[in-house]
Amino acid sequence: MSTTESTDLESSAAPDTVATSVKSELQRPLVSTSRASWKSLLTLENRFLAPILISCILLVGQLTFGFLESWWQTCLAIAVAITCELVLGRLMVGKFPHLASAYISGISVGILIRSPFLWPFALCASLSIMSKYVLRWRNRHLWNPSNFGVSAMLFLYPAAVASLSIQWGNTLWPMLVVWCLGSLIISRLKRFHICLTYVISFICLAGARSALTGSPFLANVAPLTGPMYQLFVFFMITDPRTTVSTKRGQCLVAFLIALVEMILRLAEFIHAPYYALFLVGPVALAAELAMKRKAEAPGSV
Amino acid sequence: MNRLQRTLITIIFAALLVGPAAYLRWSQESGERASAASESSPDVLQRYGFRLKEQARDAGVDFTHQPLRLDQRLDHIAPQIAAMGASVSVVDFDQDGWQDFYVTNSASGSMNGLYRNLGNGQFVDVAREVGLADLNKPGTGACMGSVWADIDNDDDEDVLVYKWGRPELYRNDRGERFERITDSSGLPDWANLGCATWLDYDRDGLIDLFLAGYWSEDVRLEQLKTTRIMPESFEYANNGGRKWLLRNNGDGTFEDATAESGIDSTRWTLAVISADFNGDRFPDLFLSNDYGVSELFINRQGDRFEEIGKESGIGHAPKSGMNAAIGDVLNQGRLAIYESNISEEGVLLQGNNLWFPSASGATTYENLASVMGVELAGWSFGAQFGDLDNNGFVDLYVTNGYVSGDRGTSYWYDFSQITGGHRNIISDTDNWPDMKGRSLAGYQPKRVWLNDGAGQFQDVAQLIGATDRHDGRGVALVDLDNRGALDVLVANQRGPLLMYRNQVDPQRNWIAFELKGTRSNRSAIGTQVQVHWKNQQQLQELVAASGYSAQNQRRLHFGLGTSDQVDKVSILWPSGQTQELSHPAINQTHRIEEPK
Repeated sequence: MSTTESTDLESSAAPDTVATSVKSELQRPLVSTSRASWKSLLTLENRFLAPILISCILLVGQLTFGFLESWWQTCLAIAVAITCELVLGRLMVGKFPHLASAYISGISVGILIRSPFLWPFALCASLSIMSKYVLRWRNRHLWNPSNFGVSAMLFLYPAAVASLSIQWGNTLWPMLVVWCLGSLIISRLKRFHICLTYVISFICLAGARSALTGSPFLANVAPLTGPMYQLFVFFMITDPRTTVSTKRGQCLVAFLIALVEMILRLAEFIHAPYYALFLVGPVALAAELAMKRKAEAPGSV
Repeated sequence: MNRLQRTLITIIFAALLVGPAAYLRWSQESGERASAASESSPDVLQRYGFRLKEQARDAGVDFTHQPLRLDQRLDHIAPQIAAMGASVSVVDFDQDGWQDFYVTNSASGSMNGLYRNLGNGQFVDVAREVGLADLNKPGTGACMGSVWADIDNDDDEDVLVYKWGRPELYRNDRGERFERITDSSGLPDWANLGCATWLDYDRDGLIDLFLAGYWSEDVRLEQLKTTRIMPESFEYANNGGRKWLLRNNGDGTFEDATAESGIDSTRWTLAVISADFNGDRFPDLFLSNDYGVSELFINRQGDRFEEIGKESGIGHAPKSGMNAAIGDVLNQGRLAIYESNISEEGVLLQGNNLWFPSASGATTYENLASVMGVELAGWSFGAQFGDLDNNGFVDLYVTNGYVSGDRGTSYWYDFSQITGGHRNIISDTDNWPDMKGRSLAGYQPKRVWLNDGAGQFQDVAQLIGATDRHDGRGVALVDLDNRGALDVLVANQRGPLLMYRNQVDPQRNWIAFELKGTRSNRSAIGTQVQVHWKNQQQLQELVAASGYSAQNQRRLHFGLGTSDQVDKVSILWPSGQTQELSHPAINQTHRIEEPK
């Protein structure tokens, strides 16, 4: 467990990117300061992109189809996530962290789990945030926060919690809008290859599942058309703090997630994607950290 | 941060992670142990005030529902397509004072049953004799339910049998035979009806008819033109059947008033209840829709209906509505609506709805199912309110179970996968995985929720004898033996009709009313009766269809607990007349005719 100041983001708003951007701004000559400040006013920081995207998904989903059972549940999840982040950040890091990560975790929990009760939303949000601070190895948290929280709730509380399983109404356009917007934003954050690898892998493996089980191919692809997968693809598997560092490694991990998901789906696990990421993500990250350590060890070539 | 703080946070995290789960597990096991102990306890009657005993065969009722046979292109998902049609409606068709009942079958060539109550605890099927048996003739569709009312005000109850096919209307000839008047009546030639009800929407004293389609009317399930027949969405489907509002001309014919009524819904309606929800004396319509939000059509002075689902609060969260029943759950003179949906542990937790009005006559509702403990039941279908234990508060009987296939198997994975798909995927039956005999929410226990009168319901089904695991559909409550106890009839899909006879603690009192309209429709449908006793009051409205594919007895039954006196009874007839009874005798059924 570590007490570093890492306030890592669930979203793609990587602190590294932000830090680099600030540093380069400071190094620019003074004559360009005025232009730079105007530019900074008109340009969104990367760390705000993911929260804006997920807010759009929430608003589109709710205002057009009413896919939340209640605003209260989602608001509670967001409030608990932010409170936990503030308290734990202050206690464990010594300062108040940026809240983009907590906001995304809260909103993801609020959308992804379904329950007739209020308490699962609070519990899931708090578990998600706490997992970042408690389940750490070599200065990194291993699980994507909301993936940890949602998986834990689905596994431990099946009588009280289910996952989002509905679709975007009856037309294609909301789905296309979210996919296009999400792709643009994720591209800007240089993580689109992860999404693309996963989606292509999922479709190919859906074909394999169809062949193995004799069920229609489109039935196996169907989940990909729902909002749950949009959150999963754009926000969970791309989380910079819980993915490996190299582009090739990220693609490999995305494929492995799809592969493990296929195995779980063959065993008829309804919540297969969450469990696949829960299993693959930390193992991949731990393996990379171990390899890095080995490479950095004295005497290594 | 010091080590102690870190350790403390880790402990809190671990406690939050597994603590509540361990507690819930322990709590559940304790409850099961307590239930097991209670089941073997001999004092059920004393403890709960009633008990149920299934006695259909003993009473001469041997009826098993057979499902609709489908186009062979639907064979792979036949159990879930042909998952409806078991219905039960109560009627005293021969006016002998004993409640009879009618049950539908669905397979082509199968017979419906009309069970005459002989008054000695025995029943005999007279459907063939009176002409109401052979309604599943090849090419005419499959029976889904029936609903009774006196359409010509001649003192006997006529019947509409609605089908996935050609609806049929029969006129009752003094309880001796039924004359088929479908062809001249003005009913649609073909409609895949999920439900229907009678209501006098224009209050002209003639009962009118509302029909609600489930499948689109161009679908013939026995002979498909296309396989793109499924709902376009699991929660936002609008490609269901159209609706009909048919005005009674008084001569056995009906005129289509749908267009002018403004009822243009094409949702997948499975249950309808008509009652005066906003207190303006005109009957409104609540539609419980599968694959989407519910709808509330408010009757504007008999001229048109206005859909206010969203404004009322009931039309926001799309679920799988399958039932509509009303009850004054808190004895406050407010009619709450109970709507059943789907809840499956770890898969789908829609929860049933209990729409409670914000005030008497108000059309804003809040879902209090969770608060009152009647939310999670299973894959619920029929449900009815009724005072089963005669303690003065309406209880709730809910039947569950969708498709009971091979034991130990489950279709849930495939079901959850396809239902999350886009409409181009979900709407085509060819894309649906083969069920291969698997169960989908099968063998589910039922719920008998006892109302404590303080806003909490307790499930006692397994304790009081409602222990069957059939795929329940229609439920009807009826006093079969005229002894002041509500018995329960349950129609099961591909299963036997069950007759749960109710033994109630004799120390508990009751009162019942049989109403006959004069200026109002003769069946008195739409009449509200409010009984006041010992600082309590309870409102009931006489409706036609109630629950899922069911109709309760026409008689309104009120439990009184140990109270030995009723202070007064207020009757509000559909015509607008009010009537008051002072201190009517208890433990008897009062036959009341509307003042002329």
